[in-house]
Amino acid sequence: MNLKKKHRTTTNNTNFTFPEDIIQHIFTFIPSDNDRNSLSLVCKTWYNIDRYTRRSVFIGNCYAVSPGIVYERFKDIRVLRIKGKPHFADYDLVPDGWGGYLYTWVVEFVKMYPNLEELRVKRMVVSDECLEIIGRCFKKFKVLSLLSCDGFGCAGLSAIAANCRTLTELDLRDCETDDVTGHWLSHFPDSFTSLESLDISSLSSEVSFSALERLVARSPNLRKLRLNRAAPLDKLSTLLRQAPKLVEFGTGTYSDGHAEIRPDLYSGLAEAFSGCKELKDLSGFWDAAPSYIPPIYSVCSRLTSLNLSYAHTLQSPDITNIISQCHSLQRLLVLDHIEDTGLNALALSCKDLQELRVFPSDPNALVANVSLTEKGLVSVSEGCPKLQSVLYFCRQMSNSALFTIAKNRPNLTCFRLCIIEPQVPDYLTCEPLDAGFGAIVENCKKLQRLSLSGFLTDRVFEYIGTHAKRLKMLSIAFAGDSDLGLHHILSGCDSLHKLEIRDCPFGDKALLANVSKLETMRSLWMSSCSLSVGACKLLSQKMPRLNVEVIDEGADLDPRDDSCKVEKLYLYRTVAGSRSDMPSFIWTIDQDPVAYRLKNHPNGL
Amino acid sequence: MDLINFEATELRLGLPGSKDDQTETKAIPSPVNNKRSSPEMDSSVSDENDSSRSPPPTKAQVVGWPPVRSYRKNIIQAKKTETIYIKVSMDGAPYLRKVDLKLYTSYEELMKGLQGMFKCNIGLYSEKEGYKSEFAPTYEDKDGDWMLVGDVPFDMFLTSCKRLRIMKSCEVIES
Repeated sequence: MNLKKKHRTTTNNTNFTFPEDIIQHIFTFIPSDNDRNSLSLVCKTWYNIDRYTRRSVFIGNCYAVSPGIVYERFKDIRVLRIKGKPHFADYDLVPDGWGGYLYTWVVEFVKMYPNLEELRVKRMVVSDECLEIIGRCFKKFKVLSLLSCDGFGCAGLSAIAANCRTLTELDLRDCETDDVTGHWLSHFPDSFTSLESLDISSLSSEVSFSALERLVARSPNLRKLRLNRAAPLDKLSTLLRQAPKLVEFGTGTYSDGHAEIRPDLYSGLAEAFSGCKELKDLSGFWDAAPSYIPPIYSVCSRLTSLNLSYAHTLQSPDITNIISQCHSLQRLLVLDHIEDTGLNALALSCKDLQELRVFPSDPNALVANVSLTEKGLVSVSEGCPKLQSVLYFCRQMSNSALFTIAKNRPNLTCFRLCIIEPQVPDYLTCEPLDAGFGAIVENCKKLQRLSLSGFLTDRVFEYIGTHAKRLKMLSIAFAGDSDLGLHHILSGCDSLHKLEIRDCPFGDKALLANVSKLETMRSLWMSSCSLSVGACKLLSQKMPRLNVEVIDEGADLDPRDDSCKVEKLYLYRTVAGSRSDMPSFIWTIDQDPVAYRLKNHPNGL
Repeated sequence: MDLINFEATELRLGLPGSKDDQTETKAIPSPVNNKRSSPEMDSSVSDENDSSRSPPPTKAQVVGWPPVRSYRKNIIQAKKTETIYIKVSMDGAPYLRKVDLKLYTSYEELMKGLQGMFKCNIGLYSEKEGYKSEFAPTYEDKDGDWMLVGDVPFDMFLTSCKRLRIMKSCEVIES
């Protein structure tokens, strides 16, 4: 057959080709990952331009991809955002040694991306060695943000301080820092003046305050400073006077341990706070003494974010006094000490409120220790038209309250309700809370994140599967009757990205009936459900691009027995194959069952 | 969508020769009761064998519930001095545990709890002979020194213990 050779131009229709360097320039105005992903699909030229010009990569699961695979596509990354452990690691459900080592990434990235500027890490193990490499090898390093990480100590932080000459941000929020002691802060050289943001709020031990003061004094660009609990109250004013341009500030312990107010301390604080004209975000306030609260009043009207969730000593009237003055407040984190009365005040005073988080002051108490009920949340849903994101711990809830909240706030994007005791029904009618949550998902069409609690049957999952089409993350605990519940979720929630389930009667059927769905999601966690080894094997066989990991902490698992129950399952999609750093207590189908059994029971079983 | 239709449309991926497993279709009364007594539950939790629908007693510390992060729990606990969470490791075991020392009123109770958690035999301490069993519990005190558990009165131990390590007896060198 004669194939006609077509004379091709570089584009399909016209003789005009858009110069690549102009496209490249345009792309620099399009930093968003999603937009870049779309751009790269337009044509090969655009795909290639994106490859060389994309500067930021987000890796939601560090095991879904490998450094090599990233480098094969993107040649010059400056910003890496990466996450490791499953979310339930926050609640001690993931054993130590599970994985999520940043070291693996850093060691490759120093070779591939020597110009890396930013590392934003969440829930990973970050060793001292890893931090030493970062300090030594990335010459242009600017931002180190470690959220909920662990594994590092003094040596690592000292290496960062001593070596990162161009560091602008060091954020250690919510990290486990029992091993961080000593004077790592003093390792910032005197010539280091570029600091813009420092968050050491999670450090459990003291830092050298004089070193901190000197650091603040020579950091003219410092906009964000969050101290740790060990920072004493009487040092606060001097610090604030050195940094009057602060936008975000977190105090240390907000009391001096004495019953009487010290007038000099009081006036010092008042003066220092009123001097900070740009202050918009306040946090810290450990053990806050009510008598030292008035000094912050001068800042209240400007505040957009306030975190009082460590202030166990503040009662409802104190809290109400504060928030009644915070007319610009957008974000509030608070303990249930705020009570319904405080929430009523919030509803009246804070019309710009977008996010509310109410934490339990005594989660293990058998009965409510404070007068906070569903009514407070209903009040806020009525009074705050911009409310989008809710995290609420309480001890009672009703379907009618949930109906009202849903009706008031169809713009909710995140609704996480935790009724503290598992499986508690509607306290008014003793019915399940299915209808209430059903109203939430039906009315709040933009809902992206939902956490359920209370007494729930399969019905609630039917509602969620039918209505929650934009839902990306769902957390379920102590709910449902049967596999039907899980099936509704997997077959109905079109946008589902992360699903985490604990203590529900979901077995193999729903998973096996929805295998292809699992590849459209980032990850699935199921613990204390009714899964079997056999189902995990089938899943692995059927879906080679899923890593199906059985976490066997108690060394009870016998992989030879298909009916053996699986206590914890974590599965996720990946293009990197099964991981090479699994601890001995994780079993996957790649491992020979007999060998696995022997490894965990050396005496034979 | 009733259960019969669901079964008719499901993918049959059963193992060759296996019958329909009936246990999943039956509504399980309470998911909590469905669990075997899991090793991560504190030893204070009673064995839940009854099939009633009652929710678990709130005093029982179900791991990870309510979903409050440990640094918040530690503040609350430290404030009330009602619990003291410390890390426990055991030589040869691949995982760490956290235990609440306040749950125990004596060394005997603590040993029982640890034995249950790690499935090992520790036995009791005697001044002359130390620990006669395969494992010996040690702890790191406030000064960073590692001591054998049991050498000081229990109350003193509670305030000074920072973390626990269950060592193999043969590796314990007494000074």
